[in-house]
Amino acid sequence: MNKIEPSFRPGGKLAKLESVYDGMETFLFTPNATSRSGAHIHDGNDLKRTMITVVVALIPALLFGMYNIGYQHYLAIGQSHEGWFTMFLYGLLAMLPVIIVSYAVGLGIEFISAQIHHKEIQEGFLVTGILIPLIVPINTPLWMTAVATAFAVIFAKEVFGGTGMNIFNVALITRAFLFFAYPSRMSGDEAFVKLDSALGMGKGAVVDGFTGATPLGQVATNVGDQLHMTNIVGEPISCLDAFIGFIPGSPGETSMIAILLGAALLLITGIASWRIMCSVFVGGLGMAALVHALPSATYPASMLDPWTQLCLGGFAFGAVFMATDPVTGARTNVGQYIYGLLIGVFAILIRVYNSGYTEGMMLAILLMNAFAPLIDHCVVSSNIKRRARRAAAKE
Amino acid sequence: MPNKKQFLFGITRDLHYLCAHIIKYNINQTNNHMATVRLKKGFDIQLLGAITNSGIANADQPKSVAVVPDDFHGIIPRMEKKEGEHVVAGEPLYHDKNYEAIKVVAPVSGTVQEVRRGERRHIDAIVITPDGGTDAVTLDVNRDAEQVLLESGLWVMMRQRPYDVVPAPGIRPRDVFVTAFDSAPLAPDLAVVLGDKSKYIAKGVEVLAGLTDGKVYIGVREGQNLDVPGAVVTTFAGPHPAGNVGVQAANVKPVNKGDVVWTMDIVTVARIGELFSTGKVSHDTIVAVTGEMVQQPRYVKSVMGADLETVLKNELTNVVLSRIINGNVLTGVKTEVTQWLRAPYRHITIIPENNKPDEFMGWASLCPSRFSIYRTFTTWLGSLKKPVSFDCRIKGGERAIVRTGEYDAMLPMDIYGEFLIKAIISGDIDKMEQLGIYEVAPEDFALAEFADTSKLELQRIVREGLDRLRAEMS
Repeated sequence: MNKIEPSFRPGGKLAKLESVYDGMETFLFTPNATSRSGAHIHDGNDLKRTMITVVVALIPALLFGMYNIGYQHYLAIGQSHEGWFTMFLYGLLAMLPVIIVSYAVGLGIEFISAQIHHKEIQEGFLVTGILIPLIVPINTPLWMTAVATAFAVIFAKEVFGGTGMNIFNVALITRAFLFFAYPSRMSGDEAFVKLDSALGMGKGAVVDGFTGATPLGQVATNVGDQLHMTNIVGEPISCLDAFIGFIPGSPGETSMIAILLGAALLLITGIASWRIMCSVFVGGLGMAALVHALPSATYPASMLDPWTQLCLGGFAFGAVFMATDPVTGARTNVGQYIYGLLIGVFAILIRVYNSGYTEGMMLAILLMNAFAPLIDHCVVSSNIKRRARRAAAKE
Repeated sequence: MPNKKQFLFGITRDLHYLCAHIIKYNINQTNNHMATVRLKKGFDIQLLGAITNSGIANADQPKSVAVVPDDFHGIIPRMEKKEGEHVVAGEPLYHDKNYEAIKVVAPVSGTVQEVRRGERRHIDAIVITPDGGTDAVTLDVNRDAEQVLLESGLWVMMRQRPYDVVPAPGIRPRDVFVTAFDSAPLAPDLAVVLGDKSKYIAKGVEVLAGLTDGKVYIGVREGQNLDVPGAVVTTFAGPHPAGNVGVQAANVKPVNKGDVVWTMDIVTVARIGELFSTGKVSHDTIVAVTGEMVQQPRYVKSVMGADLETVLKNELTNVVLSRIINGNVLTGVKTEVTQWLRAPYRHITIIPENNKPDEFMGWASLCPSRFSIYRTFTTWLGSLKKPVSFDCRIKGGERAIVRTGEYDAMLPMDIYGEFLIKAIISGDIDKMEQLGIYEVAPEDFALAEFADTSKLELQRIVREGLDRLRAEMS
C-alpha cells in the first residue's frame, strides 16, 4: 500500500481516487496516526468496529431470510420436499443481486461524495447496505432498488452531511420511497414470494390455490368476526410459525428467532440502546393489548392477540435494528424511553386503524425520527431549567 | 457496555430521573453534612508501569530549569527579566499583560539563559541556568494575603472556574475547592508528593478561608484520613474522574452562572501554607515517574522546571520509541526529553509511541489484548482490571458523533456532555451557558475523549469553547 500511495496524493496521477485509497488503506490497516493533542491514549473501539458488529448481528436474519425465500419458493411450486441446502442456495441466488446492487449504488455515491468533499469515506453505509436487501420485498425489480437506494443516500443522508448527520433512517427512506413510488409492487400477492427462477435455479409451475399475501395482508382484508391466516398454499398458520419465520414477508423480518439472536448481540455489545429496544416492545405490546381488548370487525387487525401482533410483519425487525439507530433516534436516556414507547404505540395504531397501511412500523419509526430531536430538546431543557433555577436561587 | 449491575442500576436511575423531572427536584442535590459522595460514572484505566514502592529518589542538580508560560493558561506574559540577567529564586520573571500584579517567578537562582520564542513571538519557555545558589526571596507575609500570593508566584498555581484559567485578582471567590487525591491512570499518591509539607496544609486552608466568602472544600478518596480545621471535607468513592476537582465541585456545590470558584490540589494548598509560615515559597517538587517505558517506576525529588534529562537519568528504556508525557496519559502534555518538568504536574508518564505499526484489519480483531472498554471487543471476557499496555495510536478515524451516551457515562456531573460539545462546536454561546460550560474544564472531558468511538478531540473543543466565551464576556 505504501508503495502506491504517492500516486493517490494531490498532484499524483490518481489523485481523484484519494478518498478511495484512504478508505481501502484504513480498511486493511488500523490507522497509524498517534495523538497530537488531548488524551494520549484511546480506546480500541472505532466506528468501523461498531458498524461491523451491527452487520454481524444482522447475519442470522440474513441467513434465515435466504432460507425462507427458498422455502416459500419451493412451497409455491409444489416441491416442498427439496432439501434445506437447495432452498438456501435458491434464496442466496435470489438475494445476492439485491445485496450487490444495494452496496454498489450506495457505496458508489458515498465514494464520490467523499472525494468531492475531500473527506474520509465513512462507514455508515456498511449497515444500511445490508439492511436494504432485508427490508425490500424480494420481487422488487433491481432497478427500483437502485433508484430508491440512490434517492435515500443522496437526499436522506449526503445532503445533511453524511454519516451521523441524517435525520431519517436511510434504509427506511429507501423502503418508504419504494412504498410510495411503486405501491403495486410493494404489497399484494406478487411482492413477497419469488416465483420465477433465481439465476436459472428452481424452475417450476406455481401450484393451484397459491396466494402470496403476508399474514398481515390477509388480516387487513379479512371479513367477518373470525381471523383466517394461511400460508401461501392455504394451510392455516399459527403464532409459532410467525415466531420461527416460515411465513411470507420481506427477507429479514419473518423470523423472530433470528432477530432475537441479533438483538442479543446488539445488547451484549451495548451498541443498541436497550432503553429504546425494550420500550418499543413494551409500547407495542401495550397498544396491541388495548386494541385487542376492543376488537372490531371493521378493523380486523384488532382481533390479533398482542403476541402475534409483535411476531408478524416488521415489528421486531424494526424495533431491534431500525428504531435503535442512534443517529436518528433520541439521544438522551429519558428521551429514549419516550421515543421507543411511541414507536411501539404508533406502529400498532397505524397497523390496526389505518386500512391503507397493513404494516405500520416503517411509518412509525420515520415519524418518531422526526420527533426525536424535539423529545431530546424537552429533556435537555429540563436540565437547563434546573441549572437556571439553581443560579436564581443563589441570588 | 453496561454489565448486569449497571443495567439494573440504569433502569432505576432513569426512572428516578423521570420522577425528578416530573416533581421537579434536583437529583444531584447533596447535603453539606453528607460526607460521602458515590460516583458511578467513569472508568479506571489500568496501565502497566505503576509505582510499587513509595521510596523517593533524589535527582541531581538540574543543568537547566525552565518556566513554560503555556502552563498558566489565561496569562499573557510581559517579560521583566532579559536574557543574561541574574535572578534569585522567587524573583519575578514576567507578569500578566492585563494584571501587572500577577507574577510568575523563577524557581531557582541563576542566569536567564534564553527566552525561547516560537511562532508569532509566542514565548515557549524561559530557560534559566542555575548557579547552585540557595538565595531565595523572602516575603513579608503579614500583609494582605492576596498581595502576598500574587507576588510569590503561587497565585498562578491556582485555577478559577469558569474558564479554567489563572484567577483574576480582586474577586473574592464564592468557594475554594481542593482535591486531595489524583484518580487518573498511574497517578501519584498525593500524600507521598506532599512529603514533609503536609504540616502546612492547615495554614494554607486558613489563608484560603480568609480569601473567600464561602468555604474551603477538600475532596478526599474513600479511606483517606484528612481532617483539617476550617475545611469541609467530602469523601469521594468511585472511579476516575472522581479526583478531578471540577467533578468534586459539581457534586458538592455546582458553579452557577456568575459564580467564581478557585480550584487547586492539596499540594498547592500546602505550598501556600508554607509561604505564610516561613515567608518563602518552596519550589522543590516530588514527581512520580511512571509508565511502561520506565525502567524502575518511582518517585523522584527535584525542582519545578528541572530538565528532564536530569530527572529521568537512566530511567528511559528507549528514547526513540517513547512518548514522554508531563502529567497523566489523559490530560498531560507531550514533552521531549530535551525539555523540562512542567509546573502544574506531579507526574511524568512514559508510554510507547506506537508499538504496533500497520495492524492488519484491526477493526476485525478478536484478540483479547486489544483493549476496549466496550464489548464490541473481547477484552471484557477477560478482565478490564488487569494492567495493559497502551500506545498513543488513535486507532480510528474522526467521525461525527454516532453512539449515544458515551460522554455521559464518563462524566459524573449533571451535564449533558454531548449536547454541550455540540453547542461548543456550533459556537452557540447561549446554549453553552445553559448547558453548564461554566462548570467544566477540559480535563473533565479527558476520559470521554479516551472512550470516544468517534475520536473527537474533546479537550481541545472544550478549551476553545471556554476561551471563546471568556473573550466574549470580557
